[in-house]
Amino acid sequence: MTLDTSRRAFLAGAAAIGTVLVVGIRPDGALAANADTMLNPFVRITSDGSVTAIVKHFEMGQGPVTGLTTLVAEELGLSMDQIDYDFAPSNPEVYANTLLGPIQGTGGSTAMANAYAQYRQAGAAAREMLITAAAETWGVDAGTLRIEDGVVSGAGNSAPLGEFVAKAATLDAPTEPRLKDPSEFRLIGNSDVRRPDSAVKGNGTAMYGMDLHLPDQMVTMIARPEQQRATVVSFDDSGAQQIKGFIRAATLPNNAGVAVFAEHTWAAMQARDALDVTWDTSTAETRSSDEIEAEIRAALDAEPAYNVNKTDAGATKVALDGAAMVIEETFYFPLLAHAPMEPLNCTIEATADGGILMHDAAQIPTLPHGAMAQIFDLPMEKIQIKTILAGGSFGRRATPEADYQVEAALAFATTDRSRPVKLVWSREDDLRSGYYRPAFGHKVRVGLDDAGNIVGWDHRIAGQSIMKGTPFEAFLVHDGIDHSSVEGASDTPYQIPGAHFGLTDTEKATSTLWWRSVGHTHTAYVMETMMDKAARAAGVDPVEYRLKYLAGDGVDQQRKAGVLRLAAEKAGWGNAPAGHTQGIAVHKSFASYVAEVVEISGNARDGVKIEKVTCAVDCGLAVNPDVIRAQIEGSIGYGIGHNMRDKITLTGGVVDQFNFPDYEPLRISDIGAIDVHIVPSAEPPTGVGEPGTPPAAAALANAIAAASNVRIGSLPLADNGIRFA
Amino acid sequence: MAISLKLNGKDQTIKAEPGTPLLWVIRDELKMTGTKFGCGVASCGACTVHLNGQPIRSCQTYIEDIEGAEVTTIEAMEDTRIGAAVQQAWVELDVVQCGYCQSGQIMSAVGLLSENPKPTAQEIDDYMWGNACRCATYQRIRAGIRRAADILEG
Repeated sequence: MTLDTSRRAFLAGAAAIGTVLVVGIRPDGALAANADTMLNPFVRITSDGSVTAIVKHFEMGQGPVTGLTTLVAEELGLSMDQIDYDFAPSNPEVYANTLLGPIQGTGGSTAMANAYAQYRQAGAAAREMLITAAAETWGVDAGTLRIEDGVVSGAGNSAPLGEFVAKAATLDAPTEPRLKDPSEFRLIGNSDVRRPDSAVKGNGTAMYGMDLHLPDQMVTMIARPEQQRATVVSFDDSGAQQIKGFIRAATLPNNAGVAVFAEHTWAAMQARDALDVTWDTSTAETRSSDEIEAEIRAALDAEPAYNVNKTDAGATKVALDGAAMVIEETFYFPLLAHAPMEPLNCTIEATADGGILMHDAAQIPTLPHGAMAQIFDLPMEKIQIKTILAGGSFGRRATPEADYQVEAALAFATTDRSRPVKLVWSREDDLRSGYYRPAFGHKVRVGLDDAGNIVGWDHRIAGQSIMKGTPFEAFLVHDGIDHSSVEGASDTPYQIPGAHFGLTDTEKATSTLWWRSVGHTHTAYVMETMMDKAARAAGVDPVEYRLKYLAGDGVDQQRKAGVLRLAAEKAGWGNAPAGHTQGIAVHKSFASYVAEVVEISGNARDGVKIEKVTCAVDCGLAVNPDVIRAQIEGSIGYGIGHNMRDKITLTGGVVDQFNFPDYEPLRISDIGAIDVHIVPSAEPPTGVGEPGTPPAAAALANAIAAASNVRIGSLPLADNGIRFA
Repeated sequence: MAISLKLNGKDQTIKAEPGTPLLWVIRDELKMTGTKFGCGVASCGACTVHLNGQPIRSCQTYIEDIEGAEVTTIEAMEDTRIGAAVQQAWVELDVVQCGYCQSGQIMSAVGLLSENPKPTAQEIDDYMWGNACRCATYQRIRAGIRRAADILEG
C-alpha cells in the first residue's frame, strides 16, 4: 500500500512491470488516460492484470475504501478480490472533494456522494479502452465484447484483461463512457461484498500511524500547558536526562509547548513527565465551563442576534400569545471530545530532494499540506503526504489549523532533520487538547391550539460557532449566520406553522470543531424531543403527530415520513413487550433520512437499559448495504454513548477530564441489538457516516420520557439523575 | 534489566528498564504493532495480550513481573484453533470499522471462548465490558463471538 508520487518513480515503476493503463479525471472534469501526464489517476492497471483503485478519501472506518473500490470493480467487470487499493497522494486539484470545494478531504458524510460518478466513470472508461483494444486485437466488433471477473470475452474469444493493457494504454480516454445500468449491477447494492480491510485489521498487520517505525526515527511528545494559550517561559530537563532513551527537549518555535525527543515511546512519556516547564499564563484561558454555560443561557434569554430564516418574529409571538397551550424547554449541550481510539500522531521526515514527507491519516490533507509548505518554506510540490489508516477520527483529524500536524512539523523543525520524527499523543493529550464539539443551548416555545396543533414555534439557539474565525468562514457563514450552528433546526423538513429561528454566537473558550454530525448533534435532539413533547401534550401518537407535519408531496417530507413509518413498522411501534418502553426520533442530515426507535426497560429512577434500537435509513442508492448497516449501528452508539454520560468541563481554563475513566466510552453492555433497515432507492447515494448519530439520543430521551415522565434538557442524561442499568 | 519469556511460542530475552510496560516492549522494542496503545491506564483494552493464557492489559503489566511467562499476541492468533475461528468470524461479519481496537477485542474474545465455548449474550457483555470500541461495533462483536463459537463447534 505505497504510492510513490514522483514522476520518475512512477515511470520507473511502470517500466519495471510493463505498460500501465491509468485512467483519471482532470481538474476540468474530463477523463484522461495518458500515463505520461496523468500522474494522479483514479484507476491503475498493469499488464499483469493487477487493478488498483486510487482512493481519494482516507479511511477512518466509515468504509470509503470499500465503497470506492466497489464502484471501479463494478464498472470494470471485476470481482472484489481482483482489485486492490492505494490511498491517493495529496493533490487537491485532482482529488478534490467535489462537494466540499477546492480541497481534498473526507467529511460531511460526502465520500460516496462525491465519488460515485467519478469512480464509476473512471472504471467505465478503463473498461471501454480495454474492450476497444481487445476488439482491435481480435478484429471483432467492440460491441460483442464484455469484461466479467477480469476476463475480456465475446465473439468466440477470451483472455485476461491484462493482455490488452499495453494496447489500451495507447488510446485516448472516451469522453463519455457508458455507465452500467443498475439492472447490470453485480457489486453495487450487493450485501455480500465484504470490506477489503477486514482481514488486516483482525490479524494485527494493518498499519496505522501509531505503528510506524521508520529507520532511525525519534519519538516526540509535547509538554503542553494545562490552560490553553499559555506559553513556554523556560524548562528544566535535568529530570528528563535521567531517563534512559531521552534525547533532548526543545521549545516549539511558537512557544506553545516543549517537544521531548526520545528513542522510543515509553522513554518519551517518562521524560515528558520528568520535564519541569515554567509557563506564562498571562494570556491563557481562565474560563470555566460554568461560565460558558451561563453565557449561553443568558443569550437564550435575550433577543437573538440573527433571524435565521428572515421570518416574522412578531407573528410567532402573536401566535404563541394566542395559543391554548405553550410548552417550553431550555436545552444545554456540553463540550464533547471526539476521542478516536488511536491517539493522534504524525510522522515527518526529510526527503533526499530537500522536501518533506509526512506520514499521516489526515481527514483533510489539503490543510496540513499548506501548513507544511509554510512552516518549511517549500513549494507545495515539495511536500508529500502519505496517507495511512486512521484509528477513528469523527472529525478530530481535520482542524482548520492542522493542529497536530503543525505540532509535529514544529517539533521536526527544531531538529537537524537527519532523523524522522514521530509525534505521539497520549489519551490525556487527546481529551485535553481543546478541540471539542462546541457547547450550545436552545430555548424553544411551542404554541398549540385546542386540538393540539402547532400554531407557533419560537426557537432560539445560542452557542460557539465552529466556522467563524477559520478559513471556512468565507464559504460557510452567510449574513453572519454559521449554518453549522442551526442546521437540522431552521432547515427542518417539518412544515411547522409560525416557526421562527434565532441565533446568537457566544464566545469560544476552547477551539470548536465539527464532531460526528456537527450541528445536528444538538439540533436533532431539540427538534425531536420537542416534537415528542408536543405530541404527548396534544394526546396524539408521536408517529402520527410527526406525520401531520410531513404531509404533502415534497420530496423531503415524503422521504422523512417514509423512514419514520418504516422504523415504526419494523420496531412494532406501540406494541412493546411488557416492561419495555419505546421512544422514536427522525431526522434528516447530510441529505439522508434516518428514523430510530429506542426500546428500553426500567425507568429513570431505577435504571434504564437500552434493549434494542430499530432504525430505518434512506440514503439513496445503497452501494454497500452492509457498510451502511455498520455505519448506522456505529453512529447510533456514538450518539447514545456520549449523551448518556459524557462531557468535557473546564475549571479555571483547565480541562477536568483526563482519560477514559472520566470520559467513559459506550461499552458493549450499554446497548442491545441494533436492527437497521435500508429504504430501497434509485436516488443518488448520500451520507451514511454521520446521519445515524443525530436521532439516537433523542429517541432514547423520548423513551425515558415515556417511561418516567421526565423531560431532559441538559445533557448528558446521567447528569439529571438518570441511572443506566 | 534483562528478562526471559516465551513470546508467541518462542523464547525471547528482553532488555528494558524496570517499570517498562509490556505494551511498549512489544510495540517499540520488538516492533510487533498489532497490540495497540489506546489509553495507557487499562481502561480501553486495546493493548490486550494473553499472559499464560489469560487476557491482560499489557499497558499495566510491567516487565519485571513477567519473568518466565508465556505471552501471546494478536500476531499468533491465526495459529491457534480458537484465534483462527474468531478471525474467520470477524471477516465473515465485517466486524471492524476503524479497526484500531480490534486486536484487543479479538484477544479478549479468544479468552472468553477458551473459558466458555458457548457464551450467552449476557456472558459476552460481562466478559467484553472492558474492551472499548469508539466505532461502537459491539453488535458485531457479539455476533462474531457467537459465530466463532459455532465454527468451533463444527
